Amino acid sequence: MAPMIERMQRYTTALQLTPLGITLLLFLIGPIVVILITSFWKFNGFMTTPDFVVKNYVKMFSSGLTLDNYLETIRIAAIVWVTTAVLGFIIAYYLVFDLLTLKSKMLLFLLCVVPFWTSGVIRMIAWIPFLGKEGVINRAFMGIGITDEPLEFLLFSEFAVIMSYVHVFTLFMVAPLFNTMAKIDPALIEAARDNGAKGWQILLHVIIPLCKPGIAIGSIFVISLTLSDFTAVRLLSGANVGTVALSISNTIGSLNFAYASANSLFLLIVLLLIVGGIMRIVDVRKQL
Amino acid sequence: MSEKKKIASKGVSRRAVLKGTAAVAGVGAAAAVGGFPTVWANELKDITLRTLGLAVSNMDPFAKMASDALGFTVQQTAIDLGSIANRGITQPKSFDILEPAYLQMKFVWPTGNFQPVDANRLTEWNNISPLYTTGKIWDDSWYGDGQNPSTVQYVDSPDATGFAAAGSSDMLTCMPILHNADTLGLRPDVITRPIDSWGELLNDEFNGKTALVGFPAIGLMDAAMALEALGMATYGDKGQMTRAEIDKTIDLLIEYKKKGHFRALWTTFNESVNLMLSGEVVLQSMWSPAVTAVRAKGVPCVYQDLKEGYRSWTLGLMLPKHNQGKKLDATYDYLNWYLSGPAGTFLGRQGYYVATPDNTKKDMPAAEWDFWYEGKAATTEIRDPFGGLMEKVGAVRDGGSYRNRMGRVAVWNSVMDENEYLTDKWNEFVAA
Repeated sequence: MAPMIERMQRYTTALQLTPLGITLLLFLIGPIVVILITSFWKFNGFMTTPDFVVKNYVKMFSSGLTLDNYLETIRIAAIVWVTTAVLGFIIAYYLVFDLLTLKSKMLLFLLCVVPFWTSGVIRMIAWIPFLGKEGVINRAFMGIGITDEPLEFLLFSEFAVIMSYVHVFTLFMVAPLFNTMAKIDPALIEAARDNGAKGWQILLHVIIPLCKPGIAIGSIFVISLTLSDFTAVRLLSGANVGTVALSISNTIGSLNFAYASANSLFLLIVLLLIVGGIMRIVDVRKQL
Repeated sequence: MSEKKKIASKGVSRRAVLKGTAAVAGVGAAAAVGGFPTVWANELKDITLRTLGLAVSNMDPFAKMASDALGFTVQQTAIDLGSIANRGITQPKSFDILEPAYLQMKFVWPTGNFQPVDANRLTEWNNISPLYTTGKIWDDSWYGDGQNPSTVQYVDSPDATGFAAAGSSDMLTCMPILHNADTLGLRPDVITRPIDSWGELLNDEFNGKTALVGFPAIGLMDAAMALEALGMATYGDKGQMTRAEIDKTIDLLIEYKKKGHFRALWTTFNESVNLMLSGEVVLQSMWSPAVTAVRAKGVPCVYQDLKEGYRSWTLGLMLPKHNQGKKLDATYDYLNWYLSGPAGTFLGRQGYYVATPDNTKKDMPAAEWDFWYEGKAATTEIRDPFGGLMEKVGAVRDGGSYRNRMGRVAVWNSVMDENEYLTDKWNEFVAA
C-alpha cells in the first residue's frame, strides 16, 4: 500500500504545480525563447527577417555605447539602491520598533501603500510640474530668495530620474524589511541590552544581521525595477540620459527588433547575475 | 509608452433611420446626411471597420461622423507613431485599416501584410493632390529632400517589395489622407526679436531652452536643417544622409549638448505641448496643431515661417490582406467618403490638409477656406472641429497659406537607408 500512496502523492504534487508551471511556461519562458530566437535574426535597416546571424551580438559587444550605457545604468541603480535601502531601513525601523501598538504599525504601513493606488508612471509624471523651471520648488526657492535663477538641474536631468525612482521604489524596500524586522524576537534585543550592548551595537550586531533577508529581497526588487525601466528616463531626463533600457526602447522605435532582442537578453543575464550574487551572499529562503 | 484610447462610435441615429423606414428611404437619408450615396448601407450595416492610427485623425467625433455618413460602424483607435508600424508588421489582423506615415512605408509595405489600394475603385482619385502622383503640388513647388510621397505611392504588383515610379500604375501602397508641414514653434513673449531661420535652434542665446524631436531620423533632420542654415554642415540629401553626414551631425549635436543645449527630446504630441506650456522650452520643432494646443491654454506660441522652408509629412490608409469581401466594399466606401469633402473640412479645422483640397474647398465655408488655405485674415470666428474658438476675426494663420507651406518643403520625413547606423549614433548622442 505504502508505495502506492507515495506515488499518488507525487502525482498530486505534480498536479498542483501544473497551473503555475503552464503559466510560467507560456508567459515567461515562452516570450524569452522568442526573444532569444529573434536576437539571431537579421535586420537590413527596414525589415527583420528570420536568419541565424551573430551580427547583433558582435555589434553589441564591440560597441563602446554598450559599455557607456551599462556604466550609466549601473551608476543610477547603485545610487537608487543605497538611498532606498537607507530610507527603507529607517522607515521600517520606525514602524516596527518605535511605534508601540500593533494598530498604529499597521495603520502607518498601510499609509505607505496608499500611493500605490495610482500607477507608477503617473507618480513619475507628477514630478514634472514640481521640479520644472516654473515648478513648485523653483518658485518657492526664488520666492523666499534662496536662488535668483531657476535651478535647471532639478528637471530633465539624472537627478530627476533618481529622485523619482527613490520615490516610487522605496516602498519595495520598506515592505520586506518591515516583514523581517517584525519577526525579530524582542527577547533577543532585551538579551543584548541586558548584556550591556549600546544602542548602535544592538543595531549593528543584532538587528541588521537579522534584517539581511529583507534587505536582499528589497534589493532584488529595487535593482531589477531600476535596470529595466525606461519610462522615468524618457519623461524625467527628457530622453537625455543614456541608459540600457532607453537605448533598447529607441532601437525598437527604429524597428530593429533583432538588435533590441540581443540587448534585452544581455540585460536579463546581467540582472540574473546580480540577483544570483545577492542570493549567494544572503540565503533568502532560510529566513523566510 | 503608448497613449491608448479606445474610441468607438456606433451609427445609432443612422440605424434608427434604417429600422424605421424602407431601405430605399434609408439610402436616401444617408445620402442627405452624409452627402455621399451609401448604396450598400443595408448590406453593410453590421460591418465594423477598425482603423488604427494617430490621434490627429482617430477620434470619437470623427468616427461618429464617418459612421453616420456611411451607415456602418467605424471604430477608431489612436496610438503613437512607432506603435503603428509595429502593429502593421507584427499584428496585421488586429485592424482593418492602418494609418501609417509615409516615412514608415519602407518598413510596412514590404512585409507582405498589405494589399494594394485599387485606384480605379477610388471615385475621387482624379481629384487627388498632384503631390502624390507627381511629387509637386505646383510647378514651382520644391520637391524636397528625402522621401517625396510620390516615390512610395505606387507598386507594380500586389507582391512587389519595392516601389514603382510615380503615376505608373493603378496599384497604390496606400490611399493618401492628409499632410502638413512642421517648423519651429516659439514663445513670442520670451523671444521678442524676429526669428527667420532654422539656425536659431542652435543659437547659444537659447542654450538649455530648446528641444528636439526624439525620433532619431526626424530629430536628425531638424538638426541638419539648423546646421545647414548656419553653414556648419552640408548635405547631399538631408532625408537620405550618408554615414559621414550622420557622423558629422551627431558630433556637432554632442558638442552642443555638452554646452548645455537641448533641454529635452520629445516623442509625443503632448510632451511637446507641455514643454512649451511649462516654460521649459521656448523654441523647438513642433507640429502645427501642437502650437494651437499651447495657445488654447492661454500661452502665446507662434508656428514660425522660416526662410529655409518646412519639414513635411503625410499619412495614408493601408489595407491589410485579410480585409476582403463585404468588409473591403465597406472599406472602399470609407476611403471614398474620406476624400469626398466633409472629412477635409473636419480635419482642416485642426490645421491639416486632406489629400483632395478641391473637394475640401467645395465642402468648407469660403471664409474658413480663406483662413486655413489662403492665408488670409479671418473674416469670421475660426472654430476647431469641436466648436471651440481658435482665432478671432482678423487673425492670420501662422506659416501663411497652403501654398507657402506645402510649396516650400525643404525635406520630407524619411527613413534613411542608414537607419540602423543612424539609430546607433543617435543613442550615442543620448548617452553623451
